Amino acid sequence: MRTITCDVVVVGAGPGGSMAARYSAMGGLDTILLEKKAEIGAPLRCAEGVSKSWLDEVGIAADPTWIRADMKGAIIKSPQGTSFQLDESKAGAEVGYVLERHLFDKALARDAAEAGARIMMRTSCTGVIREEGKLVGIRAKSMGEEIEIRAKCVVAADGYESQVARWAGIDTNLKLSDIDSCIQYRMCNIDVAPDYCEFVIGSVAPGGYVWVFPKGNGVANVGIGVAGQLCTRGADAKYYLDKFIAEDPRFEKGQILEIMGGFVSTCPGLDCAVDDNLILVGDAARIIDPITGGGICHACRTGMYAGKVLSECAKTGDFSKKALMPYEKMWRDRMEDKLFRNWMAKEKLATLDDETIDELIKLIATADLEHVTVYNLLKAVKEKFPKVVEGFEDLI
Amino acid sequence: MKVDFDKCLHCGGCVGSCPKNAIFLNDYVLEFNDDCINCGRCVKLCPVAALSME
Repeated sequence: MRTITCDVVVVGAGPGGSMAARYSAMGGLDTILLEKKAEIGAPLRCAEGVSKSWLDEVGIAADPTWIRADMKGAIIKSPQGTSFQLDESKAGAEVGYVLERHLFDKALARDAAEAGARIMMRTSCTGVIREEGKLVGIRAKSMGEEIEIRAKCVVAADGYESQVARWAGIDTNLKLSDIDSCIQYRMCNIDVAPDYCEFVIGSVAPGGYVWVFPKGNGVANVGIGVAGQLCTRGADAKYYLDKFIAEDPRFEKGQILEIMGGFVSTCPGLDCAVDDNLILVGDAARIIDPITGGGICHACRTGMYAGKVLSECAKTGDFSKKALMPYEKMWRDRMEDKLFRNWMAKEKLATLDDETIDELIKLIATADLEHVTVYNLLKAVKEKFPKVVEGFEDLI
Repeated sequence: MKVDFDKCLHCGGCVGSCPKNAIFLNDYVLEFNDDCINCGRCVKLCPVAALSME
């Protein structure tokens, strides 16, 4: 069997993996980035909406080649039709772009390659290699050939599937209520606002929401996430999405160009995302905003942190759990409080009936907030409906 | 477990949700190994009802 040796092997060339590979290569480490599919960034498993504020933070320059549409704001709707329009003047950098993920992901992989990372396409990880208990690399299948890749550290960036971590003995299992089952249609010939991202919460999407993210020319990503504990065979994500579309006249003439599925975790992240010779980033570490299901910025941040910490470890040659712990501290310092707060908010949201949701949206619409962020929205809710934020009021 | 490949979107949702890590997605083929305990979680979660108990 062919054996390839490197310093760092990154499994998965999504945003988290490419960022980890880029920063690891920048630190002088011989880095290999694996992608199991035949194309980076496709097929799509994403709603493609992101905020703008974090791009600078992770060293990504906004590039028109992967920005499909620039949003003016967001609209939050209740099933009764009460809506709240959030404009950029108030939402600031929370409002953002609708991306072309197939181009965005390739751009990040290209950045990794320019930093020196080697990319192996059509190469799927099939297991990990341990010698005397120590993680020393992974087994993979590359264009049909069984190979071994030996590395000082493995970066698991294999997304929601998160199998690499489990092969390495880390429990990435989720509670049913911390899973959202999603489906999305790329629709055309529809009559939606071209520069507002729309979110519909309540019984239309039990425990989750419906999104309509415009992509220009009467095209949009129209999708839904339904909380795991509220899914049943027969009343699944597709059932709810089809019902929503059938009942909204804007989609009457709509046609579907693409159907995609995909799940997100909605927990506040794993208890620990490092082990000896192993770092988990992004979705694989369950680091996703539990209320929006947004994972791209979290993946990019954790990928960058992972690459930076690995670069530090290279100086001593120590890739033990202890040496990798600064990664754990970095992501927690930056995101833990928010992830936990939004997880609590998500848990509450899943229990509210449509009337209460309608009341909440009316309240938010009249609250006259200077800057609209999830934090400020929750603050307004706390004043009027303290029961809704019971249990996590200290975080608001 | 029975997979209806005419419906499956190959999204990998069941893979990441399986409590036993018993599901594998290789391109367009979804496979279950012997670790499957027939808990039915994947059946419940599949967004397009592509899975059923055998």
